[in-house]
Amino acid sequence: MEKMEVYLDNGATTRPYPEVIKEMQRIMEEKYGNASSLHRFGSKAERIISSSRRTLAELFGSKDSEIIFTSGGTESNNLAIQGIARRYRRRGNHLITTALEHPSVLQSFQQLEEEGFEATYLLPDSTGAIDPQKIAEALTPHTVLVSIMHVNNEIGSIQPLARISSIIKKQNPGIFFHVDAVQSFGKFPLHPEELGIDALSISAHKFHGPKGIGALYLKEGVFLKPLFQGGGQEKGIRPGTENTPAVAGMALAARLCFDRQKDKIKQLRGFKEKLISSITAEHPQANLNGPQGEEGAPHILNISFPGLKGEVILHALEEHSIYVSTGSACHSGSQDPSHVLQAIGISDECLEGAVRISFSFLNTEKEIDYAAAKINSVISDLKKFQEARP
Amino acid sequence: MGSLLLIRYGEIALKGKNRPFFEKKLLQNIKESLLGLEPYRVLFHRGRYYVEIAEDNLFPARRRLERVFGIVSLSPVFTAELDLEDICRQALILLKDNYEPGMTFKINTRRANKKFPGTSPEISSHVGAYLLKSGLQLKVDVHNPEVSINIEIRNEEAYLYTQSFPGSGGLPVGVTGRGLLLLSGGIDSPVAGWMTLKRGVHIEALHFHSPPFTGDNALNKVIDLCRLLAAYCGKITLHLAPFTEIQKEIRLQCPESMLITLMRRTMLRVAERLAKKRNIPVIFTGENLGQVASQTLENLIAIDEATALPILRPLVGFDKEEIIEISHKINSFPISVRPFDDCCTLFVPKHPITRPTVEELQNAEEKLPLKELVDRCLNTIQTKQITAYERV
Repeated sequence: MEKMEVYLDNGATTRPYPEVIKEMQRIMEEKYGNASSLHRFGSKAERIISSSRRTLAELFGSKDSEIIFTSGGTESNNLAIQGIARRYRRRGNHLITTALEHPSVLQSFQQLEEEGFEATYLLPDSTGAIDPQKIAEALTPHTVLVSIMHVNNEIGSIQPLARISSIIKKQNPGIFFHVDAVQSFGKFPLHPEELGIDALSISAHKFHGPKGIGALYLKEGVFLKPLFQGGGQEKGIRPGTENTPAVAGMALAARLCFDRQKDKIKQLRGFKEKLISSITAEHPQANLNGPQGEEGAPHILNISFPGLKGEVILHALEEHSIYVSTGSACHSGSQDPSHVLQAIGISDECLEGAVRISFSFLNTEKEIDYAAAKINSVISDLKKFQEARP
Repeated sequence: MGSLLLIRYGEIALKGKNRPFFEKKLLQNIKESLLGLEPYRVLFHRGRYYVEIAEDNLFPARRRLERVFGIVSLSPVFTAELDLEDICRQALILLKDNYEPGMTFKINTRRANKKFPGTSPEISSHVGAYLLKSGLQLKVDVHNPEVSINIEIRNEEAYLYTQSFPGSGGLPVGVTGRGLLLLSGGIDSPVAGWMTLKRGVHIEALHFHSPPFTGDNALNKVIDLCRLLAAYCGKITLHLAPFTEIQKEIRLQCPESMLITLMRRTMLRVAERLAKKRNIPVIFTGENLGQVASQTLENLIAIDEATALPILRPLVGFDKEEIIEISHKINSFPISVRPFDDCCTLFVPKHPITRPTVEELQNAEEKLPLKELVDRCLNTIQTKQITAYERV
């Protein structure tokens, strides 16, 4: 079989679109002004920032003024959660989230708990779904903020945002609803206003844009206490000189993703199903972690090979130029077992042998065929050593 | 005229007939550590080294020399013309650098140049009187001064210095001999390597990895550890031995509980062959006693039996906390705790054997084609030179 390089770690980060790289280089060469400067160079940069903001607003179906540029998903989550909780502290001190969230959400909650807030962490079922009824039960008269991730980065479970927001808002329209959409933006249409969302985080490098840039959708009329103090950029919500090339790169990547979304998403689903059926046919003991079948996100597959070590599988696949991850690369390096897999209650053996395979719009059918064949042969090889017990 | 650093050494002075050899080695090591900071000049005078170097490079040079074994302390030196008034002026500048109102000081003078007028005490009191009249709030205290200003009257000029920075002590690397260090990515073996270097043994490092399973991150970790150790000895020769095949064979042929001990025995066989090839007479390891189940006395004895070369274990008397303390001191800790699997953690047995007999192990090894395995491993070793600094 012809050797190829197959990048299947798109949940960690994606390859930037060539158009994005070109556009960013052009801006760095020609439009390096500070968007706040009063001369022509400044206003050129300002035009780029405002047109990028308009692009994102269009995709969200929101107003331009509802888009705030940040340094990425982590900052958007920190800013939304800590900013809103601190700003509306007088309304109450209770917060709700789930045990499945990204560390930037969980640690923001822990920070707020240290400041005297009370937090409820909802547990998912074994497929990684949060029962909206549980949210209804967790709401109290003191609840100020609910933060729920749309698509989970490790297992791809999808939470029903519309149902969740209607439950929250029925109880009390004054409770704010934040969504970490880092893994879903670009894959699905997302209209925060229709979904009853007050704040929503995205990160450009997850949808073929550059690293170090993200955005927070913040509904008009919702205020927050900024994390940074500075020169008043982004209406003072997120001061700091605008990262013009990255902002433009993000907007372009978002537009390209939305243009390609409809056709590509079906293809991703096909890739995932193909891999699952090919692997489980040869290795029936492989265990699909999290959502089964159509329920999960089309681009994230988490699979365990009991008795093997995820890190060993990862490097064995790397030898064939196939790149996957164990757990999630955001805290790769930490060998603590994944908190997400623990939350959905899988066995210790599955915890240790878990591998995440994540697709993007740039993967091809041929790559998936190659990966399926190699994964199957690598697993067969490794099993020999695991099962030997003279 | 560049800036000057005064270098003092300790134990070397005790070494009688070996002294010229030790001094030459230290000079060589000093020069190696200054790679890339050229131009500089190293002078030797009355049992001390002086490094003359561009002022911009004085600080990096001092930081590097602090790591050169054999050096006890370092002082930045000010120079003055052979003129009592210039010496006074320089002494005042030096004092102002460390000035706190009300502080106490003392002057020590060494008059190496006997043609210079006055006795040492006379020079000291003249300079002291000048400082007292300078308008600063100062007091003389000859017994317990907060600042001592040292003046050395030499043939061409006078040297003045006050601050002294501790060096690493130990012996110049290379004077004791050469050793082969088994270097994993963990906390212990780099500390063992540092302690070996400290006693003047130049080491080469041997690392076993399990491609493809261990990945580049694990390899980079070892390279970074070698770079860190190289700051103490100029450069390190790192041998990377692929261990996957041996590991797989042991896994397939031998009882799981003996995996670790059998792996260590095989590693030592490879190490012995490599050491002989490199003309190295001794092996160093970071093994400890009783730290993990595979480091019982019985296991260490069983490991020794696999090689005819002596194995030295500098950490054997340390508690884990003490080892960690050193690893923080030499900065290897943050590298060692990077969480990437090394070859030992690939297939970890659930219950390693703690009291194996040599006979049991030999029986288990009978199923292994040991000679071929060790040969193949040896033939596929990759060797790299790791230096701490680069020529600019």
